[in-house]
Amino acid sequence: MKRLLKGGRVIDPANGLDGEFDVLIDGDRIARVGKGLPIDGAEVVEIPAGFLVTPGLIDIHVHLREPGQEHKETVATGTASAVAGGFTAVACMPNTSPVNDNANVTSFILGKAAEANLARVYPIGAVSRGQKGELLADIAELHKAGCVAITDDGHPTATALLLRRALEYAGMLGIPVIEHCEDTSLKGDGVAHEGFHAAALGLRGIPGACEAMGVERGILMAELTNSHFHVAHMSARASIRGVRKAKEAGISVSCEVAPHHFTLTDEALGTPIPYDTNTKMNPPLREAADRDAMIRGIQDGTVDVIATDHAPHHLDEKNVEFDRAPFGIVGLETCVPLTFDRLVHTGIIGLRRMVELLSLNPSRILHVPGGTLSVGAAADISILAPDLAVRIDARALRSKSKNTPFDGWEMRGGVAATIVGGRPVYVNPAAGVAL
Amino acid sequence: MSTEAPEQGMGLPPATSALRHKDLLGIDQLSAGEIALVLETAVAMKEIGSRSIKKVPALRGKTVVNLFFEPSTRTRTSFEIAEKRLSADTLSIAIASSSVVKGETLIDTARNLEAMNPDMIVLRHASSGACHLLSRFCRSAIINAGDGMHEHPTQALLDAFTIVERRKRLAGLKVAIIGDLLHSRVLRSNILLLTKMGADVWVCGPPTLIPTDVTRFGVRATSRVDEAVRDADVVMLLRIQLERMEGAFFPSLREYFEVFGMTEARLALARPDVLIMHPGPMNRGVEIASEVADGPRSVILDQVANGVAVRMAVLYLLAGGVEHEEAA
Amino acid sequence: MPVVMDADRIARTLTRIAHEIVERNKGVEDVALVGIRTRGVHLARRLARTLKEITGDDVPTGALDITLYRDDLMRHDVGPQPLVRRTEIPFSIEKRRILLVDDVLYTGRTIRAALDALIDFGRPRAIQLIVLVDRGHRELPIKADYVGKNLPTSPGESVQVRLQETDALDEVVLEPEQEGAA
Repeated sequence: MKRLLKGGRVIDPANGLDGEFDVLIDGDRIARVGKGLPIDGAEVVEIPAGFLVTPGLIDIHVHLREPGQEHKETVATGTASAVAGGFTAVACMPNTSPVNDNANVTSFILGKAAEANLARVYPIGAVSRGQKGELLADIAELHKAGCVAITDDGHPTATALLLRRALEYAGMLGIPVIEHCEDTSLKGDGVAHEGFHAAALGLRGIPGACEAMGVERGILMAELTNSHFHVAHMSARASIRGVRKAKEAGISVSCEVAPHHFTLTDEALGTPIPYDTNTKMNPPLREAADRDAMIRGIQDGTVDVIATDHAPHHLDEKNVEFDRAPFGIVGLETCVPLTFDRLVHTGIIGLRRMVELLSLNPSRILHVPGGTLSVGAAADISILAPDLAVRIDARALRSKSKNTPFDGWEMRGGVAATIVGGRPVYVNPAAGVAL
Repeated sequence: MSTEAPEQGMGLPPATSALRHKDLLGIDQLSAGEIALVLETAVAMKEIGSRSIKKVPALRGKTVVNLFFEPSTRTRTSFEIAEKRLSADTLSIAIASSSVVKGETLIDTARNLEAMNPDMIVLRHASSGACHLLSRFCRSAIINAGDGMHEHPTQALLDAFTIVERRKRLAGLKVAIIGDLLHSRVLRSNILLLTKMGADVWVCGPPTLIPTDVTRFGVRATSRVDEAVRDADVVMLLRIQLERMEGAFFPSLREYFEVFGMTEARLALARPDVLIMHPGPMNRGVEIASEVADGPRSVILDQVANGVAVRMAVLYLLAGGVEHEEAA
Repeated sequence: MPVVMDADRIARTLTRIAHEIVERNKGVEDVALVGIRTRGVHLARRLARTLKEITGDDVPTGALDITLYRDDLMRHDVGPQPLVRRTEIPFSIEKRRILLVDDVLYTGRTIRAALDALIDFGRPRAIQLIVLVDRGHRELPIKADYVGKNLPTSPGESVQVRLQETDALDEVVLEPEQEGAA
């Protein structure tokens, strides 16, 4: 069947498009993009004025928890959360149980994704077998089974040597190594950013230098191996500085920032709810100077990608003493509102840059399809409502877990609908797009 | 209507008429007037301890649970005596006998206790914020008896009481707090209390044991012990734990004593009537020399004695509950 | 607002009570005064001065705060705790005749609390009760041994005793029932 999206503002940075265009979808492909396209038997979808039609958003840092931790999230609930957040594809981290360090686990995840049939799922394999930091995982086999990158995320790659080998090997396959940058000796048993607020609350600190050490190590290994090194969930101003210098030096490095790191600071540890475990993540919420450095990095192009680090945890796991709670928050369904509200409407970035950060650059870094509305490309499309009034209700999240610090937040900008392979997989009834 | 001031001559700001909180989670939540109220009430409570029958019926029929997830002889016994002197029914649960070892969460433990309808829970826990967590899930009044590295409010109140007893004021006094500042809940409660009451607070320790941005609390920080002690009205020593050597916070206990240990020679820099305080338990020959701990200027045992009176005051003041309009 | 006792009347009443004390106890040997905070304490100190003038002897005088013995303590689900003030009885009450002093005798509940409190300090030979005003409406079987003035009142009225030490003047006032006052 054919669908004609009529009247939206199309933003497709890959093709240099920004304006009122119609988009014709034929089956699972984009057939035409142009002004005043003939209806020609297509089902017409009127896009309200001011709404955006963008290439499908891609979140390259998501924990789907399956296999092994289905009480937190499953591929089905995680992808339901993704499409409700405007994402047509997610890349999922290998720290499942068992670890995604072999083709069986990769195939299992892809099978679950096909069953759910919502967002596209791109598994990310482990760097090391069992993520134990000793032997390399079967990286080529993982790649063949569908993994688009490797990482030991959850932890840094154990040694500089192992990271070097992983980069060399991944370089052969043309996939990036994604690194959770952290010097574990500096982290110690820290649970919050080392600063005034952690000191006041008596929480053990994790200094920004702890992350920057990992960033610098990775950059040096990327230079040594001439392979692509990607910095996950960057939070510290020293890390941004390192990446900026490395890019100037022509080293193959890219990086991502999570919405909570461009929105919140460590002040959230104590207020409004003291010791709210939904303000506990790794890397931690840092001080205002770090948060501002993330915003500047997003603005000046140092930051390539906004990725959520969607990390679901069950309520019972979070309802414990702060130092015993697991790190992480869910992020898929709050990313677009936060990006609009905190970055676009504040004038920090334009819409084109937003689409680069959330769609084009993710597709390029992981070498996955999408990121564009080119004719013949898969019809993965996000329809966004930049002025929609959004109120986050944790209980209403599609994700199986509700661990968000943004419960009750009111923001401007949201998701109207999500189309994957020409098929509407999410329609926000509050936005008024009839699909 | 004019009324007699409860206790004259304490040199404190005017006391509020009530402690308008459900819980005592930290000094952080108290105003200067509320701190004055606790200290003034403690004066009356201290007198009870000097009677032949050291008991009043104020908390008759109230049940207080002392829930201690960390070993603590001093604080637990102090609370127990305070509760008994107020005629409360008390029950003490220590970690070894609790079901925590069986993997029960703090919230479940508290909910099970609440099913037995206690009025107050006195909580000691190794995790910072444990009392805040409990207060979100419990009807009972929660009294923080030390949570991780966060606060130990009754310790700071008894320290203040001890200083006021001797010096008749807190405002303007130079108080030097020396030792392991980083891991100390006593430090946090004390600097919050003393700065609210207008004292000039100095903190001192090796740079490895000074919390980040501690000066934002309104205190002066130094690693030069002479600078901290000079002209001090009060020198408060904090416990140095042997385990900290493993974290490379300092090289050895011997070296710590050499650089930071409180000796008579160092005390010569302080005011002649300086008060020596220590929240205990002391490491003699590490943070404090025996001659100082047992010397004439030491009020360390007064601190212990005053602990009971201050805890009685806190128990009594919180037992009244919170007024409707304040809770709304 | 009728003044039922002025400064002169209060002074003469206390002098009369002091003479009654001496007469009844055949001197002031073994006698001690304990005033109930707040105004009972001031009355007790005044009586001690008068007794000294009459007998030449110092009568030990203490202050008792009965707050922690009140029978209405903790009986309200909410509400701030009454202020606790210091009890000062710097002498042994064992085998002494204790003269308990309060300003107004009303329901008798304060005196019940004071008796309980006193007993915690030891076993006196006897306790006698002195009040400046007895306004009636007893709820407990308590009777004063020395009464400055019997003042018939209705329950809605309020008796205010003001003393120089706290209120800058001496007077007893009977205040009428107040509209809306609970």
